[in-house]
Amino acid sequence: MKEIAIRLNGEIRRVVVNPNETLLDVLRGKLGIKTPKEGCGRGDCGACTVLLDGKAVRSCLILAIETDGQSVVTLEGVGRKGPTALQKAFVKNNTFQCGFCAPGVILSASALLAGKPQPTEHEVREALAGNLCRCTGYEPIVETVLAVARKNGRKATIRRKRP
Amino acid sequence: MSKTNIVGTSSVRVDGLAKVTGAAQYVDDLDFGPGLLHAVVVESTRAHARLKKVDVSAAEKAPGVVRVVTGKDFPYKFGLYMQDRYIFAQDRVRFVGEQIAAVIAETPEAALRAAKLVKIDYEPLPAVLSLADALKKDAVILHPDLGSYQRVPWFFPRAGTNIAHWRKTRKGSVEKGFKQADFILEDTYTVPRYAHCPIEPHAVTGFFDLSGRLTLWASSQSPFAQRNVMATALKPFGLSHRDIRIVTPYVGGGFGGKAGVSMEIIAAVLAIAMKGRPVKLNWTREQEFMNTSQRQGVIARVKMGVKKNGRIVALEHTLHWDAGASAEYGANVVNAVGLSATGPYSVPNVKIDSVCVYTNMPPCGAYRGFGYSEFHFGLESHMTRVAKAIGMDPVKFRRLNAIREGDTLAYGAHMNPGDLRGAIDRVAREIRWGKAQKSEKPGRAIGKAVACFWKAPAMPPNASSAAFLKFNEDGSLNLTVSGMEIGQGFLTVMAQVAAEVLTVPVEKIRVETPDTDRNPYEWQTVGSHVTWSCGNAVRAAAEEVKARLLSTVARARHLKAEDLYLDAESVKSRKDKKFVLPFRDFVIDGIMRPNGNFIGGPIQGTGMFMPEFTSALGDPETSQGGHPNVHYTVGCAGIVVEVDKETGKLSVLKATLAVDAGKAINPELVKGQIVGGLVQGLATALYEDIRYAPNGRLLNPNFTDYKIPTALDCPAEIVPIILETTQPDGPFGARGVGEHTMVACAPMVADAIDDAVGVRLKTMPLTAEKVALALNGIEYDDVKGDNLGFCFRGRPCDYPFEVGGAR
Repeated sequence: MKEIAIRLNGEIRRVVVNPNETLLDVLRGKLGIKTPKEGCGRGDCGACTVLLDGKAVRSCLILAIETDGQSVVTLEGVGRKGPTALQKAFVKNNTFQCGFCAPGVILSASALLAGKPQPTEHEVREALAGNLCRCTGYEPIVETVLAVARKNGRKATIRRKRP
Repeated sequence: MSKTNIVGTSSVRVDGLAKVTGAAQYVDDLDFGPGLLHAVVVESTRAHARLKKVDVSAAEKAPGVVRVVTGKDFPYKFGLYMQDRYIFAQDRVRFVGEQIAAVIAETPEAALRAAKLVKIDYEPLPAVLSLADALKKDAVILHPDLGSYQRVPWFFPRAGTNIAHWRKTRKGSVEKGFKQADFILEDTYTVPRYAHCPIEPHAVTGFFDLSGRLTLWASSQSPFAQRNVMATALKPFGLSHRDIRIVTPYVGGGFGGKAGVSMEIIAAVLAIAMKGRPVKLNWTREQEFMNTSQRQGVIARVKMGVKKNGRIVALEHTLHWDAGASAEYGANVVNAVGLSATGPYSVPNVKIDSVCVYTNMPPCGAYRGFGYSEFHFGLESHMTRVAKAIGMDPVKFRRLNAIREGDTLAYGAHMNPGDLRGAIDRVAREIRWGKAQKSEKPGRAIGKAVACFWKAPAMPPNASSAAFLKFNEDGSLNLTVSGMEIGQGFLTVMAQVAAEVLTVPVEKIRVETPDTDRNPYEWQTVGSHVTWSCGNAVRAAAEEVKARLLSTVARARHLKAEDLYLDAESVKSRKDKKFVLPFRDFVIDGIMRPNGNFIGGPIQGTGMFMPEFTSALGDPETSQGGHPNVHYTVGCAGIVVEVDKETGKLSVLKATLAVDAGKAINPELVKGQIVGGLVQGLATALYEDIRYAPNGRLLNPNFTDYKIPTALDCPAEIVPIILETTQPDGPFGARGVGEHTMVACAPMVADAIDDAVGVRLKTMPLTAEKVALALNGIEYDDVKGDNLGFCFRGRPCDYPFEVGGAR
């Protein structure tokens, strides 16, 4: 048993963990964070994706004890000040169906767009390849991410024009 | 159909914001406090064995363990259509993975550790792991008491055999038909088992409170059917329907796997065992594969006779299904196919035998498509082969034989409206049928194909739906229904139906997931029938609300109700253009008369729907005389593929699908079903490859080894096409489309491979390996090894369909 401190969705949270507990179990069981879902428990499905120091990772494959001192962002931390442009676009386009994969997909896509505001279609597919979705056939997800990326592009163009 | 304003538009999903913010709760997200107990199930490691002893003494003493439960504690059977499934194994186990005992502990870890301490002494029994063995004369019988099992009247089990059900359909005379034929083709096709793979595994928490009330929070497509099955099975505990409550929050994907009852009843009895404390039972991904239900495997013999002019004159279709250890749901899949295995074609002489066979494999049940994907593989492959053999274009051949409204179906009833020819034409145009394409890449060839499909909901003749609608003070509404939002957009579509009738924006209607205590009845969310059936109930409820709105205003203001109408959330008058009374001004508080009296009261309405024209009472030997299906949805799909002639690897350049939705209440959601269904269907053809060891153990119960598509494994282009031929008894003319979108996928891939490289695959899946082997002249059957995709061994062409007299 060891107490760790993580910056969870912007707030410092302290929690006592066993060395064998996964980040997913600690988030869901001890910290009341329910958006990372368990779909397989072995890193195949990506439903448990969170951002660890900004990087999309599978929280079922990471021991909580390793994350001491790091920043963890879950979907709870993404739309705090109202939905992001990406979330709004997902709603508008009726992108998701059952929604179980949505938290993981949104975090993976957010991490991609944060590092690369205008990815190609292949880069979007690559970035989402670790998030399984059984309902949508992925097309609406990829199209929506690309639409948001195009908007990013237009904003960047406007910014460049107004130095 | 009159003009609509909301129906027919792509309204934003009512659950959209909840799902992208994470506000949407699934069962495992609910908190039950520190009193929550956790259960882990102990499973059989044998396919067939007598249980000599189940020793739980060590497990009971393990730290954190509260109780260990076995079949002795709960010796009960259950089942949706036939009671042939056991809550816990009794005297014997019938498949690897069957539940034998459960450990209940304070933590999941303690339960898991203790489960490993349960000692099971098995006495081996010969396992039935091939259909031929299951059907031979002196077969090992899995269910010796089959004759006494409770079942629905349209199942015909054969006591003393492994045949759980045998659906026979006879129309005209196939003997005469084949005599008239100029050409006859007969061949055998196999389709293995498949797994549903919702991303959310089954999860349920049960709580039996100190007053004797049982509540289950379940991830389910069937809350009311579950309550009914449990009330029947758990009668010995004095539980009736009013004592059982099923709460179903959002469901993380179903695809049929969460229909009916599987593991949920285990959580129910564990809760009963632990009265006063909630008990959680979550399936692992491995258990999700092994012990809920799978899609049945099937071996099918298709014999088709045609005239030179391309008319089909006779069809004999024999299907032997690997149902697994219980058929309580799977036998109804077999039944549905036994009625409809002509496909969407008009055939004068038909003989269908659809036989449901018990085997020592995991139980099977409903899977998106409900048997239609399986039989379409052989039938549609055959359609192309027959057309080519008589020198006719496969598209023209399908068009010529396509079923029309009013045609007599194989069981004697008549076909509903639907534009199959229109769908074929749209698809043929979309893939530029008839124009050969050459690949720009060396060593690759391009192939094209089309395949038709049809499907009817398989439901009892009295399956019904109901809806409640009530106004709030501000003119917003709550709609309660018990269809499940499993991703298809059901809640949104129901809100659109009510919004259309009441001239209210969709955003003003709140509609949430059900609770059997508070929400009205719904049979189940299966069969692609809820848009149609529950949509009719919602429309009826909205019409009742509308009538109350009009009569209240008429009474309070001394007007004639027939002069009034609804528009833009108000009651208006045709006689007085200035008269406008917004709903929010009176729907709760009434309308004040000059003397200070108030007229009205909270306005609400109820609606119900039952298809009163159906009947399951067809003749057991011919199926003639009943009206088992409410309607069929028809359509056509097309594909363009590129095949690597060296590796056999296939890329889908384009996939398109046209479905006749009757009326697309929300076109974007219909397109969502087309795209998602196509990708799921293509996955069964190209990627998903289930394997069992020769001893009946599932070898790939995980996403590393059982591959479902990722974002990188999709067609380069998908074109969804919606046709709208009104369904007269549907809400605004609508009929279901959800399952249909995967039905045509496998045969069109098989045809496209043949078109590209001249290789005819008759054994699913249609993997690169099989294509490459065939291109190199190697028979797949010679090298396939001992692992099974379903209960079938040997070469399909050698399979004796006459085995045990079952033809």
